[in-house]
Amino acid sequence: MLHIEKTVAALREKFGGAIEDVTEFRGETTVTVAKDSLTEVLRFLKESPALRFTFLADLTAYDDYPAEPRFKIVCQLREMTRMTNLRVKCAVHGDTPELATVTGVHRNANWYERELFDMFGLTFTGHPDLRRLLMPADWEGHPLRKDYPLGYEEVQFTFNFDEVDQKKPYAKE
Amino acid sequence: MSSRETVLLEATLDELKHLFSPRAQTGETMVLNMGPQHPSTHGVLRVIVELDGEIIVNAVPDIGYLHTGVEKNMEAKTFTKALVMTDRLDYLNNMGNNLTYCLAIEKLMDVQVPERAQIIRVILAELQRVASHLVWLGTHSLDIAAQSPLFWAVGARERILNIFESISGQRMMTSYIRPGGLWRDVTPDFEDAVRAFLDYLPPLLDDFEALLTKNPIWLDRTQGVGVISGEDALAWGLTGASLRGSGVNYDVRKAMPYSGYEQYDFDVPLGEHGDVYDRYLVRMQEFRQSLRLVQQALAQLQKVGRGPVMVNDRKVAPPPRAEIGVSMEALIHHFKLWTEGFSAPQGEVYVATESPRGELGVYLRGDGGPRPQRVHFRTPSFMNLQPMGLVARGHYVADVVAIVGSVDIVLGDVDR
Amino acid sequence: MGLEQKLGNLGLVTTSLEQAVNWGRTGSMWPMLFGLACCAIEMISTISAPQNDLSRFGMELMRASPRQSDLMIVAGRVSRKMAPVVRRLYDQMPDPKWVIAMGDCASCGGIFNNYAIVQGVDEVVPVDVYVAGCPPRPEALMHGILTLHKKVRQEKLKTWA
Repeated sequence: MLHIEKTVAALREKFGGAIEDVTEFRGETTVTVAKDSLTEVLRFLKESPALRFTFLADLTAYDDYPAEPRFKIVCQLREMTRMTNLRVKCAVHGDTPELATVTGVHRNANWYERELFDMFGLTFTGHPDLRRLLMPADWEGHPLRKDYPLGYEEVQFTFNFDEVDQKKPYAKE
Repeated sequence: MSSRETVLLEATLDELKHLFSPRAQTGETMVLNMGPQHPSTHGVLRVIVELDGEIIVNAVPDIGYLHTGVEKNMEAKTFTKALVMTDRLDYLNNMGNNLTYCLAIEKLMDVQVPERAQIIRVILAELQRVASHLVWLGTHSLDIAAQSPLFWAVGARERILNIFESISGQRMMTSYIRPGGLWRDVTPDFEDAVRAFLDYLPPLLDDFEALLTKNPIWLDRTQGVGVISGEDALAWGLTGASLRGSGVNYDVRKAMPYSGYEQYDFDVPLGEHGDVYDRYLVRMQEFRQSLRLVQQALAQLQKVGRGPVMVNDRKVAPPPRAEIGVSMEALIHHFKLWTEGFSAPQGEVYVATESPRGELGVYLRGDGGPRPQRVHFRTPSFMNLQPMGLVARGHYVADVVAIVGSVDIVLGDVDR
Repeated sequence: MGLEQKLGNLGLVTTSLEQAVNWGRTGSMWPMLFGLACCAIEMISTISAPQNDLSRFGMELMRASPRQSDLMIVAGRVSRKMAPVVRRLYDQMPDPKWVIAMGDCASCGGIFNNYAIVQGVDEVVPVDVYVAGCPPRPEALMHGILTLHKKVRQEKLKTWA
């Protein structure tokens, strides 16, 4: 616990106003920072000799539609000797879904950011290779957004068997 | 369909120009597609390799051929109904996926799982690890042209699947580990079946080692291939046996213990050189450590004796069927749980476990309702696959297959 | 009737050409190595596990190349990105060819009713036999294969002419 408190104190000291919020829930500490300082915060956490959060375990996001700011980026960091976990979040507005890449600090963020581009439409400026990762290259839309439909197809029961049969695009020989 | 697909395949080189060297444009090197359908890519992985003769200049993995939209689909279902989908993510680690998801729900809702359930969860997770490593061993050695281990491994795995079937009714997609504990208690023959398996496997492991470990062909094809240093591995976010093969001592079961792992005694095998051979040795040792864990857990289970396997909170766990006939509250709880589902508080948690492939993490966010607001799976194969394009540079084409096999990826894990 | 009584000792058998051809086709139908997801693991179990050996039907030789195979067992969920690839592989297989949709995802989309999964591989290739299960037991897959054999034995020569 002591390491995590030192970390929060060091962050507040260095970044001051850019640290918007620090919460603790179920034993996990979450630090919310301003979007523009995310890369700097991660670099400080990784390179500072007292802190050493060198392992980026996860980089994901979620959509808070219709609340604004809509997208929240979530980074899970870990310090590998004491196994301290820290979550760093930042908020991104739906009108300008772009922010700076963190691949300069953590190499493995490459595919995570590509996946977020694919699923949420978040553009990471400075990313070496920003293309769709999981969906086909010509897919339109960003599936994990809350206003994207699930794509549910009507289930074929006995009462609507024939209707669904007519509509289904069966393959020709 | 056919004209659209020709357009897609022709566009491939144009849009990927920046990933290949200028020699590919002039035709000096050949760009070859190891397509989604390939005997050795362990599922639908596409690797586009740029070859100078037989040496790889560049290798670009192209994933997404098994993307299932699980994370979005789980947002539309209640917590318990969404559990069914977790089995099918990393389809060789079904119990482990269930376990990680349930641990996340239990952490979010602050629910304590009874001790008997925790011990049985450990036994099942370790048996699942053995089953997954058996498939790895069979397919990895088949790729490097050793045919017998596949038959022995799959035959041994059948015994584990029989144990799973006897307790849950399903061989692979059991959904036996539920939020709050287990679906129901194990059958009376469970402990004897597990003990019989613990006696059966070690001689078979000795057979595998006799066949492969000192085999000159195996050594030739695996030593010095696919070397990745410990620092590089950590920088690229590798976890699991792929990381431990490079000498880094990181195992989630020791680092952040869950479900009672801190009370058991087991070693974490480490490699030295970070090549395919070391990863093979690490996994062979992991078999034996898993069996050791199961032995200790069985002894602990005997000590704890009979008891509840589901938390007693009726707001989370459904009541036993017998109670529904006699108690009105039980009937109402049953109805509410199966139609609306239990509600989780507003908040987010991240829980990690050690899957046979590495660190499997679940980031779960609740918004006060009965459905998860966001479920994200930090899957190990996704991260483990990322640097393999760089690792394969300078090797022969045949080594790609050895490298991909040694990293032990499962495409359901990569694409979700 | 009279002719067959006289042929008994000569070691000859009479049959129709159709029956002989169909018998030959079922005797060694080579599946294509096409496992997509979890059902592929059960398919590996069916083929390789000593308890459920598929070579008693002459089918243990799984060809990786579609040009050399007769049977495509679509084992697993077909995503929208993979669908053109499945069709292309089906088109590359020479006649006569059959398709078994193994598992719920290949038959009807399974539990994944969403944007990413094709709701049944019969939207992409014509299917002969559907095998239900998630994943189907090895015995269920073998039952599906034997049902296909029965179907093939009733085929006319015209079907693949």
